[in-house]
Amino acid sequence: MIRAALKSLLARKVRLVMSTFAIVLGVSFVVGTLIFSDTLNRSFVSLFAYTVGDVVVQPEGGDVPGGGDSTATVPAELVGRLATLPGAARADGQIGIQGVYVVDTDGDPIGGFGPPSIGGNWSDAPAGNGLRSLAITEGREPQGPGEVVLDAETADTSGWSVGEVVPMITGEETANLEPTLVGIADFPDGGSLNGATLAAFETGAAQELFLDGDDAFSDVWVTAADGVTQAELRDQVAEVLPDGFEAVTGDSEADAAADDLLEAISFLTIFLLIFAGISLVVGSFLIVNTFSILVAQRSRELALLRALGASRRQVTRSVQLESFILGVLGSTVGLGLGVLLAIGLRAIFATIGLDLSGQALVYSPRTFIAAYAVGIVVTMAAAYLPARRTARIAPVQAMRDDIALPEESVRKRFRNGLGLAMLGALALLVGLTDLVDLGNGAWYTGLGVLAILLGVTAMAPVLARPYLELTRALFARWFGSIGNLAGQNSLRNPRRTAATASALMIGLTLACTMAIVGASAKATVDKQIEDTFVGDFVVSSIFQGAFSSSIANRLEGVDGVEDVVSQRFGFAEYDGGFAGIGATDPDDLDRLDLTLATGAPADLTLDTVLLGTSFARSNDLTIGDTVELEVNTGTVEWTVAGTFEASSLVSSGLLTSLETFEKAGYPAQDYLLVVYDEPGATGMQDKIDQALADQPIVTAKDQAAYAAEQREPIDQFVLIIFALLGLALLIAVLGIVNTLALSVIERTREVGLLRAIGVSRGQLRAMITLESVVISSLGAILGVLLGIGFGLALMTAVRDEGLDVIRVPFDQVAVFLLLSVVIGMLAAILPARRAARLDVLDAISTE
Amino acid sequence: MTERRPHDSSREPAARVVGLSKTYGTGEAVVRALDDVTVDLYAGEFTAVMGPSGSGKSTLMHVCAALDQPTSGEVLIGGASIGSMSDKQLTLLRRQEIGFVFQSFNLVPTLSAEENITLPLAIAGKKPDAEWFEQVISTVGLGGRLKHKPNELSGGQQQRVAVARALVSRPRIVFADEPTGNLDSRAGAEVLQLLRDSVDTHGQTVVMVTHDPVAAAYTDRVVFLADGRVVDEVREPDREGVLEIMARMSEAADAGDAAS
Repeated sequence: MIRAALKSLLARKVRLVMSTFAIVLGVSFVVGTLIFSDTLNRSFVSLFAYTVGDVVVQPEGGDVPGGGDSTATVPAELVGRLATLPGAARADGQIGIQGVYVVDTDGDPIGGFGPPSIGGNWSDAPAGNGLRSLAITEGREPQGPGEVVLDAETADTSGWSVGEVVPMITGEETANLEPTLVGIADFPDGGSLNGATLAAFETGAAQELFLDGDDAFSDVWVTAADGVTQAELRDQVAEVLPDGFEAVTGDSEADAAADDLLEAISFLTIFLLIFAGISLVVGSFLIVNTFSILVAQRSRELALLRALGASRRQVTRSVQLESFILGVLGSTVGLGLGVLLAIGLRAIFATIGLDLSGQALVYSPRTFIAAYAVGIVVTMAAAYLPARRTARIAPVQAMRDDIALPEESVRKRFRNGLGLAMLGALALLVGLTDLVDLGNGAWYTGLGVLAILLGVTAMAPVLARPYLELTRALFARWFGSIGNLAGQNSLRNPRRTAATASALMIGLTLACTMAIVGASAKATVDKQIEDTFVGDFVVSSIFQGAFSSSIANRLEGVDGVEDVVSQRFGFAEYDGGFAGIGATDPDDLDRLDLTLATGAPADLTLDTVLLGTSFARSNDLTIGDTVELEVNTGTVEWTVAGTFEASSLVSSGLLTSLETFEKAGYPAQDYLLVVYDEPGATGMQDKIDQALADQPIVTAKDQAAYAAEQREPIDQFVLIIFALLGLALLIAVLGIVNTLALSVIERTREVGLLRAIGVSRGQLRAMITLESVVISSLGAILGVLLGIGFGLALMTAVRDEGLDVIRVPFDQVAVFLLLSVVIGMLAAILPARRAARLDVLDAISTE
Repeated sequence: MTERRPHDSSREPAARVVGLSKTYGTGEAVVRALDDVTVDLYAGEFTAVMGPSGSGKSTLMHVCAALDQPTSGEVLIGGASIGSMSDKQLTLLRRQEIGFVFQSFNLVPTLSAEENITLPLAIAGKKPDAEWFEQVISTVGLGGRLKHKPNELSGGQQQRVAVARALVSRPRIVFADEPTGNLDSRAGAEVLQLLRDSVDTHGQTVVMVTHDPVAAAYTDRVVFLADGRVVDEVREPDREGVLEIMARMSEAADAGDAAS
């Protein structure tokens, strides 16, 4: 039987390769994601080892991930004391401040998104475990104000060479710097800044620039003497540290830093794994269908095997064996493709500044196990039903001419599908609403969606019938007998037509849901901006970060500007997650036209906070409650002074006063400025642009431009998802190609007959193309309907969270439907050509 | 038995086969299916082509029916040579000039009996001539089963539908390949009578490949093929005469085998 299974596999190479493709794609996503995240993990940990000392001394609490800079510092006098500890070889004060951008020779700031742009002091302190940290490779160390050293990568990217003046932008009071590049530094033993840029000044100059001239440091590296471990040194250091400071070992600091970075990009891993899941689900549809058709075509052969004495089990096993081999093949190819994908991901990350090109990819055993487990399990599970069906083939059928594979009745399937879909709808309801608190709603939502998709797939043969009848009638009217034949063919096996269409349905369902989410989000942004935009211009960083507070003063001095209202922003930890905190002068709340639902502007005093209405609702907070936050200076408790309605100009859920914000250790840097023109002022855009000419990181936007800027990330996000869903569509197209090709083979004799009685090649191609379009349009219609349903359900569920405009982008939906027709036509090309090329005589005499 | 017309020598050939050869394969493996065959197939006649397996009778029909191309020699249908025709021209030829009846019926399973019958017209984009269509339908004698799908019809009924399909576009010539091969004798007789009637009443030209002397007895003329050549011919055949010739051919073949 094993031989028979192998032979039968070999005889159907091409068809099987096509159905394996889906498995290959799914597995490669899984593999690529795992390899890449393992590589990231290892390289981050090893790279960060170069950026920490043996023991790091820092202000307590100053470690909110993504929290930006803390204004808390370590006084310089502590450095000297630490250096004299018995276990210490030396101690070096380090300054590192974010938001210090190097402007390249073209006038564009480098970096920005992702890895930080660091400004600090030059230090030759060794990194932990005796690793050599940055060392000068060209030029010399900075020796006074007006001199800077850049890391080699940044120097290379920016195009500046030693001796030239490097323009830089900082978030400090002095917004623009023009130091001379005196040296270039690199890691002599490997190591990297992970895409961050570093501009290092002489210590005194750095203190002047970044720490308001205080004789202090951001942190201190204490280097262990020979034979002293990091832990021993940490304990010695901890003993002499005054309150408010902490000592951590370099190893744990490197781990923590790497973890933070990994967590920050973990969305990517999840994202890719979700798409791996989608392609595997779509792929398993393809496999079910292919195996069903192959088994049907072989039913006589299988019946013969039964007649010759093979047991039911042997017949079933032979099909299962085929699927197993297919799974192994698919996994292996997927593994290879996954490595390529990981390399691709690494290249993509290099373009956004996270250059890991020096790092070898990490192949952990887990990756291989996952690849084969996923590939084989999915393939065999998908082939299970068709394989089981073979057991019902009776030996006597070997003698019959017209053999039909016994199949579960369409009605029964419809009932089961309906039940599954209803369960799915229930799960969706539970997941999207908080009717029942079951913990992670996302799981219920995901499972609900999957159950509905599978349920609708099972119901599809019945649901599709009216549509198939309709297309048959329409095709007969439009395309005559060829149209009629095409329509009849798709009705011949509605189960097969519907199953093939289902693969396309899934992709389009998700695409349509995303389109609705995207369109609704954009409409919400537009509406919010329309309702709440005040002033004439908004000034913000192109990197969505902080900028110097001197910009506001600068703009106030521009002719025609009446007033500038500034807002600050930082991150804090709240309830295990992140929360954005905005800060503004309470007197300016009016100028921001912020509508307070409860409380009054005057209540916003020290250590109080205003909450966005949706933030207050979802966290169950009201006036007078206390909000506990982890900020740069440690834990703070703020009292809720009121709540405000959503505004396009306040992106955070919490809004506090400048005073409270500064007390919490956030730097005095602005995040968003609202500029009011004097009545009748003209040409303001030009005037403001001119004032910002040497600050390429900030731009002034009027209402329309601001709306466009806010919409852009939504568009990008939707586009990325569409691109990934494109893969699911590709798999679906292959499914259609596969089904059509198999149908053509199955109907070889009929095709021969049609040719014999005068059907031309063109007519034959037209017939198969129409069949294909029936399948693809059926999938598209089901997908669009489901997608609109899911989209509306999703948007209704999140209505309370600020996304209160629901919009169905009918233009996009129309494009999807048109696209499906094109997809159908494309999918038909090869099968149609095959049919048209069949030799008439051979075809007629085919058994 | 039906009345048969004597041969009218003034009758035009519907198809002419001139010096036709057909070989398959190359080199040592070459198979000569037809070897310099020249024969006229006369209009308004029912011709049978007989011969043992491998005699080339099916190949002859396939080439005459524009399903296959000659290796050398010519086949003229209505004066046009098929050797030089493109696929498109051959398709049109099949559509307009030729009708088929296959051994295994070959109806389109998704279409009803009636739709199957009108399919060649529909493909050509023609409306059936109502009177002619009625006539064809009535001769087929399906009665109330016209709306049935092929799998709801008996073998004989299916083959009668196939004959009607071949007749409906009034082709110059109808080819039938062992039309009774899959039928019992009674159903076979009905199909043969239907073909015979189409010749007698409508002057249809019919060429049938068969190895059944009973079937051959329905025809006006039997052409015998052996080893790719025309070896004999008989007009107004009867079952006994045909059997006699077949026996003689079989003996000759045995003798040939013995000699070699």
